[in-house]
Amino acid sequence: MTEKIVLPPQEGPFSDVERIKEESNYLRGTLQATMEYPISSGIPDDDNRLMKFHGSYLQDDRDLRNERAKQKLEPAYQFMVRVRTPGGVATPKQWLVMDQLSDEVGNGTLKLTTRQAFQLHGILKWNVKSFMQGINDVLLDSLAACGDVNRNVMCNANPYQSKLHEEVFNWSAKLSEHLLPRTRAYHELWLNGEKVVNSAEEEIEPIYGSLYLPRKFKIGVAIPPHNDADIYSQDIGFIAIVEDGQLAGFNVLVGGGMGMTHGDESTYPQLGHLIGFITPDKLLETAEKIITIQRDYGNRKERKNARFKYTIDKRGLDWFKEELHRRLGWEVQEARDFTFEHTGDRYGWVKGDDGKWHYTLFIQNGRIKDVEGYPLKTGLREIAKVHTGEFRLTGNQNLVIGNVSSQKKKKIDALIKEYNITAGEFYSALRRNSIACVSLPTCGLAMAEAERYLPSLIDKIEVILDEVGLREEEIVIRMSGCPNGCSRAAMGEIGFIGKGPGKYNLYLGGGYTGDRLNKLYRENIGEEEILAELRKILTSYAVERIAGERFGDFVIRAGYVTATTDGTNFHKNIVRV
Amino acid sequence: MTLQVINSPFTEQQVKLLNEIFPQLTPQQKLWLTGYLSATTTIEEITVAPGARESQAQEETASVQTKEITILYASQTGNAQGVANKLATVLQDPNHVVTLASTGDFKANHLKKLDHLFIVASTHGEGEPPDTAISFYEYLHSKRAPKLEGVKYSVLSLGDSSYEFYCKTGIDFDERLKALGATSIVPRVDCDVDYQEAANAWIEQVKQATATTATTSQTTSDITVLTNETEYSRNNPYYAEVLEKINLNGRGSNKETIHLELSLEDSGITYEPGDCLAIIPENNAAVVELLVKTLGFNDDTVSVDGKSLALSEALKQLDITALSKTLLTKFVPFTGNTEFAALLEDREALKSFVYGRDVIDVVEKFGPWNWTAQQFVEQLRKIPAREYSISSSYTAYPEEVHLTIGKVFYEQDGRYREGVVSGDVASNIEIGDKLAVYVKRNPNFKLPAAEAPIIMIGAGTGIAPFRSFLQEREEQGAEGKSWLFFGDQHFVTDFLYQVELQQWLKDDVLTNLNIAFSRDQKEKIYVQHRLLEQAQEVFNWIEQGATIYLCGDEKTLGHSVHEALITVVEQQKQVSREEAENFIKELQTQKRYQRDVY
Repeated sequence: MTEKIVLPPQEGPFSDVERIKEESNYLRGTLQATMEYPISSGIPDDDNRLMKFHGSYLQDDRDLRNERAKQKLEPAYQFMVRVRTPGGVATPKQWLVMDQLSDEVGNGTLKLTTRQAFQLHGILKWNVKSFMQGINDVLLDSLAACGDVNRNVMCNANPYQSKLHEEVFNWSAKLSEHLLPRTRAYHELWLNGEKVVNSAEEEIEPIYGSLYLPRKFKIGVAIPPHNDADIYSQDIGFIAIVEDGQLAGFNVLVGGGMGMTHGDESTYPQLGHLIGFITPDKLLETAEKIITIQRDYGNRKERKNARFKYTIDKRGLDWFKEELHRRLGWEVQEARDFTFEHTGDRYGWVKGDDGKWHYTLFIQNGRIKDVEGYPLKTGLREIAKVHTGEFRLTGNQNLVIGNVSSQKKKKIDALIKEYNITAGEFYSALRRNSIACVSLPTCGLAMAEAERYLPSLIDKIEVILDEVGLREEEIVIRMSGCPNGCSRAAMGEIGFIGKGPGKYNLYLGGGYTGDRLNKLYRENIGEEEILAELRKILTSYAVERIAGERFGDFVIRAGYVTATTDGTNFHKNIVRV
Repeated sequence: MTLQVINSPFTEQQVKLLNEIFPQLTPQQKLWLTGYLSATTTIEEITVAPGARESQAQEETASVQTKEITILYASQTGNAQGVANKLATVLQDPNHVVTLASTGDFKANHLKKLDHLFIVASTHGEGEPPDTAISFYEYLHSKRAPKLEGVKYSVLSLGDSSYEFYCKTGIDFDERLKALGATSIVPRVDCDVDYQEAANAWIEQVKQATATTATTSQTTSDITVLTNETEYSRNNPYYAEVLEKINLNGRGSNKETIHLELSLEDSGITYEPGDCLAIIPENNAAVVELLVKTLGFNDDTVSVDGKSLALSEALKQLDITALSKTLLTKFVPFTGNTEFAALLEDREALKSFVYGRDVIDVVEKFGPWNWTAQQFVEQLRKIPAREYSISSSYTAYPEEVHLTIGKVFYEQDGRYREGVVSGDVASNIEIGDKLAVYVKRNPNFKLPAAEAPIIMIGAGTGIAPFRSFLQEREEQGAEGKSWLFFGDQHFVTDFLYQVELQQWLKDDVLTNLNIAFSRDQKEKIYVQHRLLEQAQEVFNWIEQGATIYLCGDEKTLGHSVHEALITVVEQQKQVSREEAENFIKELQTQKRYQRDVY
């Protein structure tokens, strides 16, 4: 049943991470020992690479790094654990456990990620195992939440078409399950699973092989007209096609991805290319074969050129389709028509077609915590205690309290009022369409602030919006602390990518519906300059826009930036000032 | 001449070796050796063999009667040893045969043969004798102790009057010797922390009492008691500049442990691992101000040691922190407050009252007082210097000395209080400031030979001497294995010198490191628990000749670790508790178990 994996020869040596994977005995490495080593709260780099496949990695509180070095203390090491929640759906019981564990072993907050997963920060090494066991008790895990494998599968959190959502969500969950690594390492390390002797034979990874993928891999599923899953940013995007009220199948997008490296134009964000349509029964097979192409052809020498988008762009879409058809033994159909209207969430109460209610909350940057006057975390805990439906994490880091009966709606409404929880109605439309990644102090890649800074920057932009009358204008604004793009900043109508402390590249012209990358407008600028530029452009937008014209379209028409028509010209046609 | 165990301070083994070598030496060689030994050894190491002297004396002049004088010191930190050294020097006289030894090296069964016996004894902890004196103390107080009629003696005790059992060891020796029939020829003197003057006076009295009627000694004994002018001391401190000051505890810690690096540039001061640095403090100006206000005095002029100065200045130099029965008793005549008198009668109530309180509390609670400012200051003792284990190696950091000082701070009766030195160092001292210091040798906390294994057990600031040990061993390229047991409250914030220890582990300067962080889990885990977990290996090391070092707080660490060590021996050697205790005691006697507890 196991097919032999033959990798085509690649010139030059593999990257070091490939060696680590190869020597890891299917993701075990020396984690068992290093996680127990009492003298340091950290683990060696090699094991940290492997830890990612287990959904976690070692970080440190960067705010304290220099201070602690002087104090002769090692960095304030702590683990981030990302909990896989396919399609972003969690039960109230699971919510309560996440809430409790965040207080017991985390930093007291929960982060809802841009990929609809839970993320906990600040977990000390000695508590990682008990955390894994805690989430396992409510059927959650963190397997493959990071690492060179398929990550958490995203799915539209659509609260309108309940039945359709359920069907599509089920497909997402099946995809996620089908593409999980098969290694027993996760069970052995965290769940006291029995050690498998002779693992070579028992544990072959039928899809991945012993080296897994060259790089991370992301899949999302959208239900038009909602594009909250940012479907063009995925390695594989599936767009649900509904005909006569039934799920007919999925359009398939391949080769999207956000990450790039500053100063290296061979790296760029890219949007997925539409290659056709498949029926639902072909979904798992198609995804699996696409992944094996990336497994076999992806660049294993240079990690920054290893994403699927480069594999396709290097060889061309025609080559890819041919290779896919060869592996499938059949051809995908012509793509069907679809239209996206927005990437953002629709806030407040809506009634689904099955009569159940759904309440979408605005959660600033996905951070669930109690602050003075806004006890969000406590409020959600109280709601979870009475809620019988589900929670849905959205790709915009927001939260849907889903499947609420009319009866329960009153109770939950009362709790929403009691805890002062808001759907964002008092915020500007800009803020409601904002996303920031975690960044400092925990993210090791961060070059500039994001989650801690964007809210205050928006405060200042709102002053301008009020002046020019754009408070209710929906504009997508995103900030990432580094060019890896967790907040998908390269898709924002206004995008910020961190360059250094307090300095950002400002990008403009992303598509409101998530169908166009933006373009560099100003490089390495600080707050004063950001506000001066935005004041100028927003003022002219308020005056000169044509009816219904989106901000991202306006900046191109007005000549502030040229349109990025494909990732390969993301770095081109930049207007230098 | 033949050496015997009985007529010399040597062990059987040493005597055997010496008797083998001496007859082979030529007169030139003997002469050379004499010069070599006196040039390279401190006085306490050259013990004049009484038997040798005696026979010589008899040969020369049978008419002059010689006195045999034995000086014993029971020393923990080296103070008593220092005084004993001085006494030995002062008593050098052609008609004296002086033997100087530590109580730990002295064979107690020789007691009854003695003629003159002088004991300098310190007390530590809860009235306990120094580690090296425990066996001697127990022997003297046992039924086996011989009758001592004919023995002439005197005792000098060193202590700290802020402790309940002030000078207890010295007092016990004095009373026991008397009870055994010995005759006191100079009354016992009890010295407080600032002991130099009183000790010198006692030495002078002893000198007089032992002076031979012959006039020859008079000229030589004119020398004043040793005042080593080049040595820095309490009265002549070195002002060391602060080069670096770091709080070693990470954010969120309950503690504040200050790492200080001081310059010894051009001072000529050196030190060895295990030694202490004494800091001469000044009371905090705000605390002094509060005291003056509470006393209700204006800032009058008072006279201290013949010098006139403002009351507030005088109080900076006097001990206004530590409360003791001795001090409170001195206060009695100045108040009619009956509660005060009652407090002094009630041992338990007094003990609980003095804990965490200072002179301000006493003045506040037990007035009205009828003293003058002058009378008040006359009751106070000089502010004692605070001693800290040095946490650097002189070899690794020439011309520097590092300290690891835990800030003492707490609230009592609604007033926030800080340790006199630790509070000052943590809150006020800045880089560039100078501290008045001098080195306090600690001969009882010393590294063994470079190839011998060491087991170091410490918690909190108890890690200080071990950092010094490890630096020293790293510099030496020492082959001996080393094992550190360290404990504190929290791993993340309180793992003192964590990065250095990790590096030493990596470089194999440190062989094993076991840590215990008491508050990181529900059940408290301390170093003694780690010690018991590692019992088998610990005992293996002991059998391989390891020296065990213990440094830290006596109450929280010292006792429990000591008990754990006994348990380790009991379990691993499969012997009774009592035998295990004796085994540990024997290690102490052999200096293979050294303690620096406070």
